[in-house]
Amino acid sequence: MNNFAIELQKINKSFGPVHANKDIDLKVSKGTIHGIIGENGAGKSTLMSILYGFYHADSGNILIDGNETTIKDSNAAIAAGIGMVHQHFMLVENFSILENIILGAEGGQLLNSGIANARSELKRLSDEYGLDVDPDAIIEDVPIGVQQRVEILKTLYRGADILILDEPTGVLTPAEADQLFEILELLKQQGKTIILITHKLREIMAITDDVSVMRRGEMVATRTTKDTNVEELAELMVGRRVLLQVEKGPADPKDVVLKVENLNVRDGRGVPMVKDVSFEVRAGEIVGIAGVAGNGQSELMECITGIEHAESGRVILNGEPIGVTGSSDPSDMRDRGMAHVPEDRHQMGLVLPFEEAENSILGIHQRPEYNKGIFLDIENIRKDANEKIEKYDIRPPNNRLRTANFSGGNQQKIVIAREIETNPEVLIVGQPTRGVDVGAIEFIHRRIIEMRDAGKAILLISVELDEIRSLADRVLVMFDGKIVGERPPETEEGAFGLLMAGIEDGDSAHQNGEAG
Amino acid sequence: MAAPYAKLPKWVDYGLLPLINILVAFLISGLVVWLADESPLKAAGLLIKGAFGYGEGIGYTLFYATSFIFTGLSVAIAIHCGLFNIGSEGQAYIGGIGVALACLAFDSTLPWFLVFPIAIVGAAIFGALWAFIPAYLQAKRGSHIVITTIMFNFIAASLMIYLLVDVFKPDGTMAPQTRGFEVGGQLPRLDWLFGIFGIRTGAAPLNVSFILALLSAFIVWAIIWRTRLGYEIRTRGFSPTAAKYAGINEARVIIITMMISGGLAGMMALNPIMGDQHQMQLDFVAGAGFVGIAVALMGRNHPAGIIPAAILFGVLYQGGAEISFEMPNISRDMIVIIQGLVILFAGALENMFRPFIVMIFANLQRSGSSKALEAGE
Repeated sequence: MNNFAIELQKINKSFGPVHANKDIDLKVSKGTIHGIIGENGAGKSTLMSILYGFYHADSGNILIDGNETTIKDSNAAIAAGIGMVHQHFMLVENFSILENIILGAEGGQLLNSGIANARSELKRLSDEYGLDVDPDAIIEDVPIGVQQRVEILKTLYRGADILILDEPTGVLTPAEADQLFEILELLKQQGKTIILITHKLREIMAITDDVSVMRRGEMVATRTTKDTNVEELAELMVGRRVLLQVEKGPADPKDVVLKVENLNVRDGRGVPMVKDVSFEVRAGEIVGIAGVAGNGQSELMECITGIEHAESGRVILNGEPIGVTGSSDPSDMRDRGMAHVPEDRHQMGLVLPFEEAENSILGIHQRPEYNKGIFLDIENIRKDANEKIEKYDIRPPNNRLRTANFSGGNQQKIVIAREIETNPEVLIVGQPTRGVDVGAIEFIHRRIIEMRDAGKAILLISVELDEIRSLADRVLVMFDGKIVGERPPETEEGAFGLLMAGIEDGDSAHQNGEAG
Repeated sequence: MAAPYAKLPKWVDYGLLPLINILVAFLISGLVVWLADESPLKAAGLLIKGAFGYGEGIGYTLFYATSFIFTGLSVAIAIHCGLFNIGSEGQAYIGGIGVALACLAFDSTLPWFLVFPIAIVGAAIFGALWAFIPAYLQAKRGSHIVITTIMFNFIAASLMIYLLVDVFKPDGTMAPQTRGFEVGGQLPRLDWLFGIFGIRTGAAPLNVSFILALLSAFIVWAIIWRTRLGYEIRTRGFSPTAAKYAGINEARVIIITMMISGGLAGMMALNPIMGDQHQMQLDFVAGAGFVGIAVALMGRNHPAGIIPAAILFGVLYQGGAEISFEMPNISRDMIVIIQGLVILFAGALENMFRPFIVMIFANLQRSGSSKALEAGE
């Protein structure tokens, strides 16, 4: 008799020519936290979708508690005691927590009795697992961290013994992530089995008992966490040695190139998103803006790059105001020597159905070297695209391929290549490595450092605190639309975490943290 | 829950799928014919014979196709910019004013080859101006182009009734139409061209605007895929946020695209007015603008697809006329039903059979690749 909660044997799954899962074997011991890591497209999500009944394996067996089980849909998965917490929450925003929890398990046509039962059951679960929530709070009013607890409670309410969490910390502050880990630890002690999918090696080391590494659809290794280390895991993920720490010398800041003064920005609904923000970026330095997603970073960036306009304030580039309250526009900013790697390459930085070559001129397509009269100079565009493909090692090296068919890392390289090759004075970079594999991260980080060393002014906005800390020379923290502090990058993570949660000093932090 | 995925080869996407759609449309049309107590096979025979069986039929088929190429291109270029222009009908109707003015002014003084370019420019300008208003409202005020262009079809219809009755109608006549054009306002037929191939198009009004339509298809292709403007149009069409990021002036692109679209629709008016009736009559567009939507959908918004799709609808118009002539139980309205079915299957239900085909190909590819694997090992 084994004591594996889940055992997968020789799972295969193909999507057309793409072999997403090849002969996957996985054993997850009962009552442990088992991490699964791998780059984007390594097949983690496919594997978990098979386990949760979204996809059907082409071949292979699934054993739950030692019994062979067919999981034909998510109801079957729930019946087998498997619960899943998705990366993007599946909650009805204007329902209360209680209503969300019973959704799909109402227990009859009339709600009242179901709700009463659910309320007492929810209380029991909350007490037992330390998942404290107010059942009558409306989802859209509660913080992200609480919403995630609701997702976990939903699975427990349905009797899950095995929890799958897909990239659970992507949307959390470091403090919220720590709270989540405490909850997971508690769940483990109560005998639940947890599968944690992530690409953050640090989380794997912090919380898991075992870890399995996937690469290109294959399960390449399973290790006991305490017997392995970050370097080994990174190497297993990528298939070669990777430099995790960015090597960079001290910055040599020169003149101020970009200056933001008392900037106020409202979003489309009229909600103030950037509040009285001022800072400056000098040539030869990287200024990082850290913060949890949604605290005004996107609006700030779009305003500086001329995409949206500000309500008030000034942005000064090379000593000249850019007309940020009305007349600025992105092509004018490019002409003045600004380059912009946008946060969202799918919506903004690239046109996915375009050929690679067409994307290699997006935003600079009106420059004379790419045009012959009213016609595009296609020959020159392709030649230029090929040069960038070679210089930035974009794979596959085919400028006619649809951009959507490149991997995330290579798509990002297309954007980075285009923007850096305009040889800008100022580079505005948002989330440069979101959804990018480890190998490409290293490459992109090196390019950004090279730009700095070449005397460019760089503004880096990222929700990955590690990335900000390793790249930036100065770090500004943004919370609720305001710059709440500036710290050197060496500052310890906890202090940043407090700032990112809007807590200025240690003492008040404690109380607010508990309440939040 | 998850559909198997396969990227379809081009010949399936552009050839097999439309073919299946048309076949199903014809099968159901056959059912309609059968319910009307006529033989579906005989009807199919008549359709083919009417459209291709003799020279005059071919001439008529291509005459109708000429109008549909213009309106199909009009719809297609707007779709590349993410705009659904349902107003080609009205833009074509208003475009007629440009043609009529050019012909009425110069038909007795200039030869046709000088009046023709003036009429082309006139048609394009009037069509473009009619498209400009909805385009401006969309670009600057966010009024939805689908709604405004539909309403502009009705406004165009009313306006044209007024103009034909109160402005263009010669005194002392009863019909709401302009006077007949002199030779300078009459486009030459293409019977000599087809005569070279031994096809005698007889009385069919196929005229030089067919060649203009083919030329326009090429120009539209060049605009969309070879010019900077086309690049901006496609960027806006695929991703308005990326267009904004790239510094593309969205309002400008929307307005220019819609004016090109309206101009192409307006040029459709050349075919019936200057090529056939030699006067501007009431309702000369006769639904060609709406057929253009189906043609664009079926032709995948690519000029190379729009031409065959336009010819197919030409076949339906011409062959359909033949059926209703030969079969007493099949009325003209019945033909409209059959055309409607083709539009339904080729356009609106385009994705109905796609999942099945994708599944078949996914399975084929899988067995293919696993065989290849086995062979390799």
